[in-house]
Amino acid sequence: MNLLETSWLIPALPLLGAVTLLFFGGRFLKEPLAGMLATACMAGSFGWTAVLFFKMWSLDPEQRTVGKHLFDWMPAGGLKISASLLLDPLSITFLLFITGVATLIHVYAIGYMHGDPRFSRFFCYLNLFAFSMIILVLGGNFLVTFLGWEGVGTCSYLLISFWFERPSAATAGKKAFITNRVGDFGFMIAVFLIISHLGTLEYWGPGNALEGASTLTNGAATGIALMLFLACTGKSAQFPLHVWLPDAMEGPTPVSALIHAATMVTSGIFLIARAHPFFEASGQASHVVAWVGVGTALLAATIAMVKNDIKRVLAYSTLSQLGYMFMALGIHAYSTAIFHVVTHAFFKACLFLGAGSVIHGMHDEQDMRRMGNLRKYMPITYATFMVAWLAIAGVPPFSGFWSKDDILAKAWFQGTTEGKALWAIGLLTAMLTAFYMTRQVVMVFFGHERFDLPVIAGGSDDGPSGARAHGADGTSAGAEPQDDHGPTGSGHGRRKLPHESPWIMTVPLVLLAGLSLVGGVINLPFKDKGWGEALTHWLEPVFEGVTHPEEKGSTLVGLAAVTVVLCAVLVGAAFAVYRHMTTTRDPFVTKLGPAAAVLDSGYGVDAAYAALTVGAGGRAAEVLAGPVDQGSIDGAVNGIGELLRSGLGTGGSRLQSGYVRRYAVGILTGSVGLVVFAVIKAW
Amino acid sequence: MTDFPLLTALVIVPALGSLIVTLLPKQRPEIVRAFGFIAMMATAALAGYLVYAFEIQQPESLRDSFQFVEDHSWINNLGVRYILGVDGISLFMVALTGLLFPLSLFASAKVEHRLKSYIASMLLLEAGIMGVFLALDLILFFAFWEVMLVPMYFIIVGWGHERRVYAAVKFFLYTMAGSAVMFVGILAVALLHNSSVGSLTFDLRVLQEWNGLAEGTARWLFLAFFISFAIKVPLFPFHTWLPDAHVEAPTAGSVILAGVLLKMGTYGFLRFSLTLFPQASVDLAWVMLVLATIGIIYGAIVATVQKDMKKLVAYSSVAHLGFVILGIFALTSQGIQGGIFTMISHGLTTGALFLIIGMMYERRHTRDIAAFGGVWKVAPRLGGFMLVAALASVGLPGFSGFVGEFLALVGAFLSNRPYAIVSAVGVILASVYLLWMYQRVFTGEPEGENRTIADLTWREMATLVPLLGLSLFLGVYPKPVLERVEPSVKALITHVEQRSDWCESDKVDPDDPEACVPGDRFETAPETSPEAEGEGGSESEENEPVGAEEGGG
Repeated sequence: MNLLETSWLIPALPLLGAVTLLFFGGRFLKEPLAGMLATACMAGSFGWTAVLFFKMWSLDPEQRTVGKHLFDWMPAGGLKISASLLLDPLSITFLLFITGVATLIHVYAIGYMHGDPRFSRFFCYLNLFAFSMIILVLGGNFLVTFLGWEGVGTCSYLLISFWFERPSAATAGKKAFITNRVGDFGFMIAVFLIISHLGTLEYWGPGNALEGASTLTNGAATGIALMLFLACTGKSAQFPLHVWLPDAMEGPTPVSALIHAATMVTSGIFLIARAHPFFEASGQASHVVAWVGVGTALLAATIAMVKNDIKRVLAYSTLSQLGYMFMALGIHAYSTAIFHVVTHAFFKACLFLGAGSVIHGMHDEQDMRRMGNLRKYMPITYATFMVAWLAIAGVPPFSGFWSKDDILAKAWFQGTTEGKALWAIGLLTAMLTAFYMTRQVVMVFFGHERFDLPVIAGGSDDGPSGARAHGADGTSAGAEPQDDHGPTGSGHGRRKLPHESPWIMTVPLVLLAGLSLVGGVINLPFKDKGWGEALTHWLEPVFEGVTHPEEKGSTLVGLAAVTVVLCAVLVGAAFAVYRHMTTTRDPFVTKLGPAAAVLDSGYGVDAAYAALTVGAGGRAAEVLAGPVDQGSIDGAVNGIGELLRSGLGTGGSRLQSGYVRRYAVGILTGSVGLVVFAVIKAW
Repeated sequence: MTDFPLLTALVIVPALGSLIVTLLPKQRPEIVRAFGFIAMMATAALAGYLVYAFEIQQPESLRDSFQFVEDHSWINNLGVRYILGVDGISLFMVALTGLLFPLSLFASAKVEHRLKSYIASMLLLEAGIMGVFLALDLILFFAFWEVMLVPMYFIIVGWGHERRVYAAVKFFLYTMAGSAVMFVGILAVALLHNSSVGSLTFDLRVLQEWNGLAEGTARWLFLAFFISFAIKVPLFPFHTWLPDAHVEAPTAGSVILAGVLLKMGTYGFLRFSLTLFPQASVDLAWVMLVLATIGIIYGAIVATVQKDMKKLVAYSSVAHLGFVILGIFALTSQGIQGGIFTMISHGLTTGALFLIIGMMYERRHTRDIAAFGGVWKVAPRLGGFMLVAALASVGLPGFSGFVGEFLALVGAFLSNRPYAIVSAVGVILASVYLLWMYQRVFTGEPEGENRTIADLTWREMATLVPLLGLSLFLGVYPKPVLERVEPSVKALITHVEQRSDWCESDKVDPDDPEACVPGDRFETAPETSPEAEGEGGSESEENEPVGAEEGGG
């Protein structure tokens, strides 16, 4: 038997963990056993993935694609949808970093969720999420992918609103789910189109859908591709469906790191990579992907510059980095996009877990204006955060430099005006990224300690999220996980000094920081060396036939130099501005004036949606339910009844009950008589 | 075992049970309850055996698709016969009925008032519903259709809530009005057949083979059946009795009402409208699709602003049943199978939702959404079960609702693309109303009386686990249902194709040279269609509609 056919074990282990915790969690499996069990399942899943990876490595490239038919899922008419898995270089690449990062975050969460009354439930959800994510990636056809796609969405809902006692958390979870459903509409329509044009949804085997993509008309391929991309804008939070991700920070920080940074939000990149033949067959669709991607990257980066919540800055940064990945997909640089997915998973998970450690150490403070000089108190968190910061800011030789630079170079080498424009916007975004990340690092780890200062509105305000973080709504007592946190009321009383997090939280940080540092080696741009562009070569069988323009070595170096220098300037600027920040007034944001408010509101997209759905939509629904349904339709029914009654001339009062009841009894006796008659006759 | 009248037993066991319950001593409620439960469990066991013994085979024609047929003469001079039979379309309706009755009785632990009448009514209702799904003689069908109205009426009036009389009367009169028209339709079909062929019969198997109705007549008759079925489904705009009936009915009444009663309408369309009036069904399919699509969107939107949990679920039923109609009148095998699957799935998930709402009513004596809040914290099991039920109802992949809605939408997409696209929006809306309700009722900090809400008991969980477990199982592995449903659906579509200008493969696969030659196309390959658009028949038509000029009047 082919070892690679045992890929089902990878999702089976976390599923086993989730089911065990569902039935025995809380009562028999308490803290920390529940966390250890979940982590063990996750680690086993990672271990098996690694085994299969090395096995696949040893095979010839053409033998590395192994499909596994599990059972018939929906056989209906000519449509035969199976439950099948597909293990190939693409899926195992995703599986490796998903299971790997997930294992580290599970470990971290054992420490972070310490003392939470729903400790075992948390790990049940976390394992269930990992299962769904693995199914998404490992699915052998569009519908199995969709199963995972919806599964991760549901787990995301459960985990964002994990502290459901907080209304804001419950609202954020629901918002994420519904926004994602809007994207899912696109997925469904794409699936219907594929069925109606190709008659199959399979990724592998003879006559599969991916091979069939090239036979489609341009219109059909574009329709399918754009509908799939709509789904991606939901799951991967791209404009205009990006609004849920910043709110998703209501979830516990390990969730933000795992789901809303490293894994789930990259599902969209996976989907397009998997379904790239449709995008290749279309052509136009890829332009849309590239522009939406780079647009989101820029917009999110500008918003991140004014946010004060440590997690929200990272959330907008995630939007921005995801935008980069879509830009890469849009210029057909699929393996480059995946390269950035992997390095981003390392450094963004590290940043989020670092932020979690800071929040933990600061006793649930999330406002960066009230931090400062934390390097003195949290050396390990500080050191790891620095590494991840250098990676995301694009400083060589950290991993983010290689992947981000690869994307920019690929845009440049398109050789078209469009390519140059994408490159320019991408470069601008990279500079902004360097700025806002440095702003964060300086506000949190350098400068002056501002722990007890009251927040002065400095042109920008995080709105409700700022208040929530302090438990000012009085609900955080039962909701926050840490048992050691002091008084959380803001502005009064000397709080405890920050402290470093326990080893169970810092060890994953150190490992992720290491990966953020060296992660670039998987795809270094040295073609002539045997070990250069390893990831690109590894993924070659998947992206067969996708060609790239020639890249000139000297230009490549020149471009990188430009990027590095410009980013360094912005890093320096941010240092200069924030190093001397002594009050909670933000010197830069204050200077922005009214523009800061626009940025802080996310360009008003959220407000516009709220006006549309809750406002106009809500009123329309009220009208339908009231005047239309109860008034007109039901009124007509009752009116006709009334009319008949007066027409027939029977006494109105009798109709109320007596008449009908007598009639009913009449039917009953008559029918019983008939039945009895039937029985007698039939015997 | 072959001679055992299994189908008759399915009707007789609850009917006799009902009779015996009325004779039991009033002073011993536990005996009454136990006996009622035994009778229902026996029926459930018979239904289970029926599913087990049902053979999966492709029938030659629609007539052959019925199994376990019992055919006896009854009222000879009127041509009325006692015919029962089951095929893939009715099989799981019978099974669902068998499953839901004992569960809803089990959930009626709090009913003590006039217990004997309650259980007798329930059993009689079960007998009537079984009969509706099994009868193959139009008069027999009509008799069961009417019989089942009466106990339902009494259940609402006898054990319902404040405005029960209004709701029950409305339910009763509305349905009666519909069935009166249908009765005329039944008589007309039989008499026209008699005047044309010369033999008076109400045997569906004979009447559906006969194709002598003039086009206009067939449409009028389709309409006569339509009104009755559309009210029952309920199809927009005939739905307003449903929220009233649901809100006022006791929990068990709501479960049965949503779980099986509504399906009698969709079943009627499949069993009678499509078979007796195929050309009219094809011609008027667009009306059905329009009403279904409106129902899906309208039901969902109206559900979002409901203040009463039961009303919310009632309007969600309007939306779900819209998917059923959409699938059926897509007239493709995926669509019809999806419709039938949604019928089953809706019975499971909506049944569970009503049971949970009933449990919450028993605790707080209100179903007002605004009266709740934070329940998940104090009653984690209640919150968990409700969440699973809501997600299953939303149609999350992995639950049965997804399979049904997905196939119904695929089927509709292949034959009538615009309706499917609009209806797919309903999938988004479903998550809006259910999650919003969930948020308001279960999340947040509990206050006041909500702080002391008791969590689910083992007994309550035992009633929910079969429903939600089955929904999960069928969502992951729907094949056992689909493979039993499919042969009958294919036979039904072939039947329609042979008697109308409809051609399924014309929609699904225009390149198929064997299109519309019944029998052959079953073996032919999967749907691969570049464009599945456009209305009406094509040149490749092999079967001219056997349109007859006589009839009428």
